[in-house]
Amino acid sequence: MEYISLSYASLGIAVLFIVSAMVVSCRYSLGLERDLAVGAVRAFVQLTAIGYVLQLLFVSARWYYVVIMLIIMLAAAIKNAVARQSAKLKGMFTTLGISIFVGSALTTAVVIGIILRVRPWYSPRYLIPLAGSILGNSMTGAALALNRLRSDITHRKPEVEAALALGATSRQAIMPMIRDALKSAMLPSISSLMVVGIVHLPGMMAGQIIAGAFPVDAVKYQLMVVYMIAAAVAITSMMVVYLATNLFFTPDHMLKTEALGST
Amino acid sequence: MRVVLGVPDLFLPKAWRCEGLAKIEFLNVTKTRSIDGEMRSVLDDVSVAVEEGTILAIGGPSGAGKSTMLRLANRLESATSGRVLLDGVDISTIDPVRLRRKVGMVFQLPSLFPLTIQENLTYGPELRGVEPSSLHDKVREMLDMVDLPDLSPGRQAGELSVGQQQRVAIARTLMNEPEVLLMDEPTSALDPATAKSILELVCDIRSRYGITVLFVSHSLEHSRLVGDRFLLIVDGKVVEESDIEAFFRGPQTELGRKFLAGELK
Repeated sequence: MEYISLSYASLGIAVLFIVSAMVVSCRYSLGLERDLAVGAVRAFVQLTAIGYVLQLLFVSARWYYVVIMLIIMLAAAIKNAVARQSAKLKGMFTTLGISIFVGSALTTAVVIGIILRVRPWYSPRYLIPLAGSILGNSMTGAALALNRLRSDITHRKPEVEAALALGATSRQAIMPMIRDALKSAMLPSISSLMVVGIVHLPGMMAGQIIAGAFPVDAVKYQLMVVYMIAAAVAITSMMVVYLATNLFFTPDHMLKTEALGST
Repeated sequence: MRVVLGVPDLFLPKAWRCEGLAKIEFLNVTKTRSIDGEMRSVLDDVSVAVEEGTILAIGGPSGAGKSTMLRLANRLESATSGRVLLDGVDISTIDPVRLRRKVGMVFQLPSLFPLTIQENLTYGPELRGVEPSSLHDKVREMLDMVDLPDLSPGRQAGELSVGQQQRVAIARTLMNEPEVLLMDEPTSALDPATAKSILELVCDIRSRYGITVLFVSHSLEHSRLVGDRFLLIVDGKVVEESDIEAFFRGPQTELGRKFLAGELK
């Protein structure tokens, strides 16, 4: 099967979609015209650039290029998760970094090595999009878990100190907050399990179908993707809450009050 | 002899073999903290000894460092310099988790967990592996002790009045059978009548269990009602330490007289 190749001229017509969004923004004085324009240009530049990078990667097909690419993606994911924190904590880069790395590396390894049995393992056609999807979700999960944990500990500080004063270890004292943080990190991927296929066809599946895959095959891929995302998020957020205890407490189970700052 | 953490006395470190009651001492304790970007001392060379079974009322203007003394005594914070001794043992050498079971703390706000009363009370013992089902009698005894005999332990802690919650918080701390009880303004969030009943409860607890109590309050009246001794701290420094009645009859220092006259905020 062959798919319709898109020319830049035809793509130009798609710019009208952005223009129509701008019209809405003007009509209701939302002031979003500038952001829409900047966003459209950024999307174009970023995607075009990554398109060329991927093209190079696919043609060269050297394992070290693929690994360098993965490292860059990992670094971007960690940086983004750090940037999403509403307060800066000492050591948070390491915590988020290790968690995102472990959560996505484990899941990616299982998908590439055991489920798909990609040969060679570094085949960028499989590794790059799958690792990208896993990293993106790990990043969101990690960011959510840490943000939620910090804000809960800050708000429930009297309860945490009461537990410590009764002889709880740091981890025991924040166990209720750990549970809530894990839940809030995992819920989005669980609710997407619930609605996938009903409301929208996910990007990867849509892409495969357009590219000519049989829908039933595309569905199998998509199922693997939603399952792996659920696992990646669970592992990553668990690592975050496990490691984050050290961000909030000294080894002597004292709350680092200054680390919490204001609410 | 007490059974501590359900572990035979013999296997515990010396500081834990408690034949009787605990004495707590502050030796040249200084605590500095960064406030608005500059280091300031909250406690400045504080030395005081609290004998077994006495109630030391700690008074002083707000921000004098009263609460910090308590937080240092069960290692919710650590001293910048100086030592706190429990029965002669430097508490920084005792595992904080074990220390805190022995040195209980009651806060200004009850800070109960969003659980049932029963679960709040069994929280401490459960942490050290005691089966909650074996604690029914103990829970009942503690609720009686804090004068809440009719309260059903299955109720949610959040349903209670603040006064009742503070009693439950005291009972929760007593479930650990502490030897020292630190009370950080436990009456300041309460109405006068409820506050008074809590003060009576503190006296009861001391006479029943012989616990050493450090009682922080900004109310002179409350301090006088419970205290055996009185410690006045101003700006992190010990100004006066004396028998409570002696202080109220005639403070030895100018600052003490001012404080008694209500001239220090």
